[in-house]
Amino acid sequence: MLTLFYLFAAISVLCALVVVAARDPVNSVIALIVCFLSIAGHYILLNAQFLAVVHIIVYTGAIMVLFLFVIMLLNLNKATEPQRSLATRVAAVVAGGLVLLTLLAAVRHGISVEPARDFDIGTGLVRSVGRSLFNEFLLPFEVSSVLFLSAMVGAVMLGRREKNPQAA
Amino acid sequence: MIPTVIFLVALLLVTLGVAAYATYAERKVAAFMQDRIGPDRAGPFGLLQPIADGVKMIMKEDFMPASANRWLFFLGPAIAMTTALLTGVVIPWGGTLDLGGTAFRLQVADPDIGILYVFAMVSIGVYGIMLGGWASNNKYALYGAIRAASQMVSYELAMGMSIVALVILTGSLSLNDIVEQQRAGLWNIVYQPLGFLLFVICAFAECNRAPFDLPECETELVGGYHTEYSSMKLGFYLFAEYVNMFISSAVISTLYFGGYDVPFLDGLGLPQNVTVVLGTVALFLKITFFIFLFMWVRWTLPRFRYDQLMDLGWKSLIPLAILNVLLTGVGYYLKNGI
Repeated sequence: MLTLFYLFAAISVLCALVVVAARDPVNSVIALIVCFLSIAGHYILLNAQFLAVVHIIVYTGAIMVLFLFVIMLLNLNKATEPQRSLATRVAAVVAGGLVLLTLLAAVRHGISVEPARDFDIGTGLVRSVGRSLFNEFLLPFEVSSVLFLSAMVGAVMLGRREKNPQAA
Repeated sequence: MIPTVIFLVALLLVTLGVAAYATYAERKVAAFMQDRIGPDRAGPFGLLQPIADGVKMIMKEDFMPASANRWLFFLGPAIAMTTALLTGVVIPWGGTLDLGGTAFRLQVADPDIGILYVFAMVSIGVYGIMLGGWASNNKYALYGAIRAASQMVSYELAMGMSIVALVILTGSLSLNDIVEQQRAGLWNIVYQPLGFLLFVICAFAECNRAPFDLPECETELVGGYHTEYSSMKLGFYLFAEYVNMFISSAVISTLYFGGYDVPFLDGLGLPQNVTVVLGTVALFLKITFFIFLFMWVRWTLPRFRYDQLMDLGWKSLIPLAILNVLLTGVGYYLKNGI
């Protein structure tokens, strides 16, 4: 079990690094897909089958397909990547390093390895997730669906073809 | 543990075997519908034709375009084939055998979320086509890949909705529970005729089968996403389609036609193992029928135009699927309360 955890953890971290470091955006997307799959593996190790499979369906199966779609259509490659000047790069490295320093300083004393709650083997199963979604978190759940609906309406509005460009 | 491994290997071999002979059946069915004889040279009735085809595929030159993305070109068919084969593990292929005292169920795994697992594999399967089409660095292949991706994402929605209605009825996502409930009562096709129709149409689209085979539309796209593929890589793509067809037929039979259930068989008082084997045989007969249906439709209906395909998916199937969910919900409420 622990071996599997370290395996998935290593894959997640490595792929996340590749996502940022890869030059070719398609490689970057593929690394992100593998990263998501390994996170689903973590869910399964916690017996959260429902979360794992929904994670795969939503992130790997839908969102990343759209990412890949856009990248393929735009045909992004090394040539179209904007060239950054040396000054920008130095500034980015310094800024990133400072953020890391701040974060390290902040968590140096605050790291706690004690779990906030006891692990319950049934938490991630479909029954318990459904119960808590429709009892405890019913209002946020429904409100977020309205949010999605408004996003969809917005997307349809933006994508709508103008029937009469002069009148618009 | 050991029976499970044996069963897994057997499942793999049966899946590959059925897919191989589905290619033969496809050619025979096509021949029958067009009043031809079909393959009849290799072996009696041409029965060795799939083997001859396989050997031909492997022996052909494996060509890769110079401008292709090397490892993605390789990864495409691999993903297509792997995801197609992975789906079979959650399908209940039969009841519980009695192996000298130890019970053995003819299903590799029965997760809580069986049907969602099938979905997850289908949604990963898109990458096989997309990556292969893009990596070929050919505009026809890219068009095929883009069509495949948008088609599969669109039809997954209606497919998911038709499953939602089914899950309202059964109250479980486990495929084994769904079959057991149908064994106890009527088959789901009785309660979900519309859902069944939607599911079958979407399954056709997900398998890229005619009349939805636009990703590989020869008349406009040369060969679609596999234009640049040759040898066994092409073989894997073509073969994955037949594996998908087999698995879809198995899922359709399981969800709507009682899986391995044979009405009144349990009441005959046959020995348990005989009943289980007969059930599995019945499941395969149902699967064979649906594979035949796939072929029947392919050689009967012409291909949709791309905008017709999208209109059908978004403007007909999804509203119908939502209506189906609504009706099922109301029906469930009237019958059982909340």
